[in-house]
Amino acid sequence: MEYLKAFAVGGLICCIGQILIDRTKLTPARILVGFVVSGVILSALGLYEPLAEFAGAGATVPLSGFGHTLAKGVRASVADNGILGAFTGGLSATAGGITAAIVFGFIAALLFDPKDK
Amino acid sequence: MSLSSDEYKKMGEKAVPKTKSIRNLTGAFLIGGAICALGQFILNFYLDLGLSTPFAGTACSITLVGISALLTGFGVYDKIAKFGGGGTLVPITGFANAVVSPAMEFKSEGFILGLGVKIFTIAGPVIVYGILASVIYGIIYWIMGLL
Amino acid sequence: MAHKIGKQTIIIDSPVGVFSAAAVGSKKEGEGPLGKSFDIINEDSRFGEKTWEKAESKMQELASWKALHKVGLEMKDIDFIFAGDLLNQCIASAFSARGSKVPYIGLYGACSTFAEGCGLSAVFADSFAKNCLAIASSHFCSAERQYRFPLEYGGQRPPSAQWTATAAGAALISREAGPPYIKAVTFGTVEDLGINDQNNMGAAMAPSAAATLSQFFKDTYTDAEDYDLILTGDLGAVGSVLMRDLMAREGFSLGENYNDCGLMLYDREKQQVESGASGCGCSAAVISGHIFPKIASGELKNVLAISTGALMSPTSVQQGETIPGVAHLVCYSSEKGGIF
Repeated sequence: MEYLKAFAVGGLICCIGQILIDRTKLTPARILVGFVVSGVILSALGLYEPLAEFAGAGATVPLSGFGHTLAKGVRASVADNGILGAFTGGLSATAGGITAAIVFGFIAALLFDPKDK
Repeated sequence: MSLSSDEYKKMGEKAVPKTKSIRNLTGAFLIGGAICALGQFILNFYLDLGLSTPFAGTACSITLVGISALLTGFGVYDKIAKFGGGGTLVPITGFANAVVSPAMEFKSEGFILGLGVKIFTIAGPVIVYGILASVIYGIIYWIMGLL
Repeated sequence: MAHKIGKQTIIIDSPVGVFSAAAVGSKKEGEGPLGKSFDIINEDSRFGEKTWEKAESKMQELASWKALHKVGLEMKDIDFIFAGDLLNQCIASAFSARGSKVPYIGLYGACSTFAEGCGLSAVFADSFAKNCLAIASSHFCSAERQYRFPLEYGGQRPPSAQWTATAAGAALISREAGPPYIKAVTFGTVEDLGINDQNNMGAAMAPSAAATLSQFFKDTYTDAEDYDLILTGDLGAVGSVLMRDLMAREGFSLGENYNDCGLMLYDREKQQVESGASGCGCSAAVISGHIFPKIASGELKNVLAISTGALMSPTSVQQGETIPGVAHLVCYSSEKGGIF
């Protein structure tokens, strides 16, 4: 059941992305920015947490979940450290994913060459 | 040419074939759903190892990014994306692909000015605007706490 | 000596023609319907080089070497090189001409470059030059990384998108050569009807092709029926439909004798290239490898080849500019006598 919920909710969130690809001329980077910022806003309004509790990875793996993690990090950090937390909370909470992308990106570039299509 | 750009735009819209919406949505739902279900599996795995919820979440993200980097390196991720579309773009694996692919591509211009400069050429805006949004939210949250 | 008639058309008076030509491509081009018409197909699209840019230069070198080799000429016999490609500052052309020691005239006409080069070669050969070499190339990988995304980036291509051909064509245009003879050249005007979608280049370029072709008809008092083949460069499926519509509006109806190199190079369904092929190499290779032999053998008599170029840059696209197009026309014939 848990997997089914993750599959269904995650799939539906991705469908929103697909509609943006097909129906608008938005470039991928713009769509991704839209998802992250929406995640921050929905989380700030208290709407994303219930979705994450319901769908688990179905809500946290899409990039809107990345926005949710940013917002959650800021919230916790502001509660602990005041205004300074607004500056440290977001990146601290998402450091793992961003650092992993840089590290694995670098390693992949060392090991692989792009191929013709 | 004796016609206005508005008239031409209308002619152009008629000439462009329709996107296969149903097929694309199916692909996005299936692939996106599968990646999220895989994420759930990895998350449960780390929780079972005894990691706390936030740490398990971070470990799950790192693992998915690693898998995506590997698939990108082997030249497979873009093939899945042809079918998956939004299903490969929106999950964190799409973010990873957007970081790894320019790193590989632009190393031919050197590790500093190629790879180092261009690694965030696609995904950079995500981090910039994600952080900006979170800082704005943090400041509002702080002010509301003062009231 | 060449002379101008009407508004834009240059008539080539002395018998100037294509002495020799060659087409170079890679795996995907070799697997397409015109695979057999290429002189050189290299399965490895890196052409043994370290970078895609060098690979593209190598294709140009191979194409010009092959064209010269066919008729037993060498670089020292060439008076001028007219070459162009899609890369920033045309490095593929400049770098391939580096070792030639032939006066080099670098061209940028985007995908219209081959016709631009052939047209200029014909005008030069009609006056003071004996042998001119017109070369154009494009490479899928070097174009993707410059104009769009890294190769391994996962994205979907909309149905109006086109596939940059990994191909090069070289034509040796000489006085007292032919068939194919070059009868006339019409250099086109820059046209822009407000298309700003980088994934719909055919629509961006069609107005320029229609403008050049209709002006040529008016200048020469001829019509579409007077030609066995009217061939645009890389308008693709979307652009060639628009081309017919635009020509109809101008009062010229294009019939069965109209085709587009972008529709010929690949099997659009099987090879998943959406709207068709594009790139300087598309018209260069199709015309050099496939069309010239047919004119030489007399299978085609009078042919109009109109290469079309989209004149945007990544910067102009990001700044929200629309995409202007330009198209140049070269009129070929299998017969020596005048047709105008």
